[in-house]
Amino acid sequence: MSNMKTIAAVACAGAALLPAASARAEGTIKVGLVAEFSGPFAGYGKQIQNGIKAYMKQHGDTVAGKKVELVLKDTTGPSPEIAKRLAQDLITHDKVDFIAGFGLTPNALAVAPLATQAKTPMIIMNAASSIITTKSPYVARFSMTLPQVTEPIALWSAKNGIKKVFTIVSDYAPGIDAENAFLKSFSAQGGQVVGSVRVPLRNPDFAPFVQRAKDAKPDAVFIFVPAGEQGIAFVKAFTERGLQKAGIKLIGPGDVVDDDVLEAMGEPTLGIITTHHYSAAHDSPENAAFRKAYAEANGEGTRPNFMAVAGYDGIAAIYEVAKKLEGKMDADRAMEVIKGMKLTSPRGPIQIDPETRDIVQTVYVRRVERVKGGLYNVEFDKFPDVKDPGKTAP
Amino acid sequence: MSAAAAVRLPDRRWHPAEIAFWLGLLAVVFVFPGHLVLGSQVLITGLFALSLDLILGYAGIVSLGHAAMFGAGAYTAGLLARHGWGEPLSGLVAAAAVGAAIAWGTSFIAVRGGDLTRLMVTLGIGLMLYEAANQAARVTGGVDGLSDMAVRDLLGVFPFDLRGRTAYVYSLAVLFAVFLACRRIVRSPFGLSLRGIRDGARRMPALGSPVRHRLIAIYTVAGAIAGIAGALLAQTTQFVGLEVLGFSRSADLLIMLVLGGAGWLYGGLIGAALFMIAQNQLSSVNPVYWQFWLGLLLVAMVFVARGGVVGAMASARERLLGRAAR
Repeated sequence: MSNMKTIAAVACAGAALLPAASARAEGTIKVGLVAEFSGPFAGYGKQIQNGIKAYMKQHGDTVAGKKVELVLKDTTGPSPEIAKRLAQDLITHDKVDFIAGFGLTPNALAVAPLATQAKTPMIIMNAASSIITTKSPYVARFSMTLPQVTEPIALWSAKNGIKKVFTIVSDYAPGIDAENAFLKSFSAQGGQVVGSVRVPLRNPDFAPFVQRAKDAKPDAVFIFVPAGEQGIAFVKAFTERGLQKAGIKLIGPGDVVDDDVLEAMGEPTLGIITTHHYSAAHDSPENAAFRKAYAEANGEGTRPNFMAVAGYDGIAAIYEVAKKLEGKMDADRAMEVIKGMKLTSPRGPIQIDPETRDIVQTVYVRRVERVKGGLYNVEFDKFPDVKDPGKTAP
Repeated sequence: MSAAAAVRLPDRRWHPAEIAFWLGLLAVVFVFPGHLVLGSQVLITGLFALSLDLILGYAGIVSLGHAAMFGAGAYTAGLLARHGWGEPLSGLVAAAAVGAAIAWGTSFIAVRGGDLTRLMVTLGIGLMLYEAANQAARVTGGVDGLSDMAVRDLLGVFPFDLRGRTAYVYSLAVLFAVFLACRRIVRSPFGLSLRGIRDGARRMPALGSPVRHRLIAIYTVAGAIAGIAGALLAQTTQFVGLEVLGFSRSADLLIMLVLGGAGWLYGGLIGAALFMIAQNQLSSVNPVYWQFWLGLLLVAMVFVARGGVVGAMASARERLLGRAAR
């Protein structure tokens, strides 16, 4: 057994050696993009990357005399240990100045302590759970939080003659958050939730749930499902069961009518009212320029969604930081620049709350309409400067 | 496998190749200091595969729900560290106990029947635990995962560093210790009787071997090891995601073991290394379409190396020796 002792001794000696410090590469600003590029969430990474490409198409790939270099890493889906390993690699091996991306909450939560440990600013471009920004002082979010876009629909509904609502959400943490956020604000406004069901996250059959909603005879059905394919199945069931004909409205945060799949969902989506922070149909010169750059960078006929715009704004923030620091990257100074940063985004004005490093933005009320032959979420009302209610609440 | 190999008697001597294998793993610390995080995850997955090898390669129990014990171990270590018990080694012990308890509790239905029954039962148990963890979001964090783990320094001396050096050495030490135990188990009379059960479950009772008890025993041991592997992952990542219980973890594990070769102890380690390094390399070359190449590699491996990498090596060696003897 003396062999083993030697091995153990060598092992301990190995662990004791400190990692050598090394300087970051000169002349480039490296951004590690950790996102979902394969598997069922591949659409998330793609939209984020496309948004970034659109920005770099508009503004070139150099800022403050330095070349911006993206290093892509695929988390394959919700796999926190892979996300953390990739981020560790990016920090120790590629020596990136920023880590960015993160479509899914668990991946972001796993990496957040690393941002503190390595002092690397971390830019969240989608993950929407409220708590993420509390996990490290080096995290800033340029996407949204779920309560932030859910509360406004409760307020709007209560003011616009909707008294009774039936809620249908996916049975997982964000779905339950959405249900709670809606229930809380809607009841506070005097509305009544007449029933709630939670639908399995994977391969759900919506028909029986939709039928129960119909039997409860509400004024509207509140829906939250993860952005992407599930919305298609839900809206199909909603129409087939004749809820639209019965005069029941469909409301919710904007995930169900994600711009990425809206066209595939077709006619039945007409009239769905949602609140969200970005619509591809947003009417502003910034958005027109963004749409143009997006189509140039990613092919004709492609349409950005809210993840793309978060990628766009996230990289915009990195460019801003580089300009302010004149290319001399430093994590703490970078975070100082990001705190309180104001940008005119394609979605409208946004600001990073200096206290929470979370985004403050306008949330729009939109209705699905046919515009120039395509289906779009057309904005008709808005709630300016919405903070994340998940943090302001005690 | 030839008749001569099938009746290999217990042999406690270490083959030079084995010694080289372990020294090689240790050398990784110095040769590839930039890849230790990946390295530690390979070792952890290897340990997990080793536990599957015990039940599949030696006792012939097929399982598509082995992640149940892995995930239970991960959550055990994670919850302990989150609620103030951050000492890593005792966390491992607790995780092993929970893994063993779950394996023992489910073994009564999991080792019944034929291969298909076992596949279905283990699959079902895995899915049930996954959904239970999703529902118990208050405790486990659900889909958002379990964060805020405060894992203390290893042995009170070595902090878990950014480059994964501590994680790697820690994982390697645990893997080696467990491997020694497994090596002892499979070469014991108990281990031999497991092989007997695998190759002729109906005959073994005639020899007076209590088949059911043996299977339950090895299933429980494998559960404990899977629990340790899960705890290692939780402690070195300092985060537990719901995916530790996911179906794809069990399925990938089966692929790795078959790739490396079941029934050799080393097969799982080699399979895990091949699979994960290939995945890492391919996905850094092309983060979007790497799965195509990985699939191609797997199909090619199955055709080229029957019986897995270790199996193919062993049969090549036998052929060479056979030729030399003639």
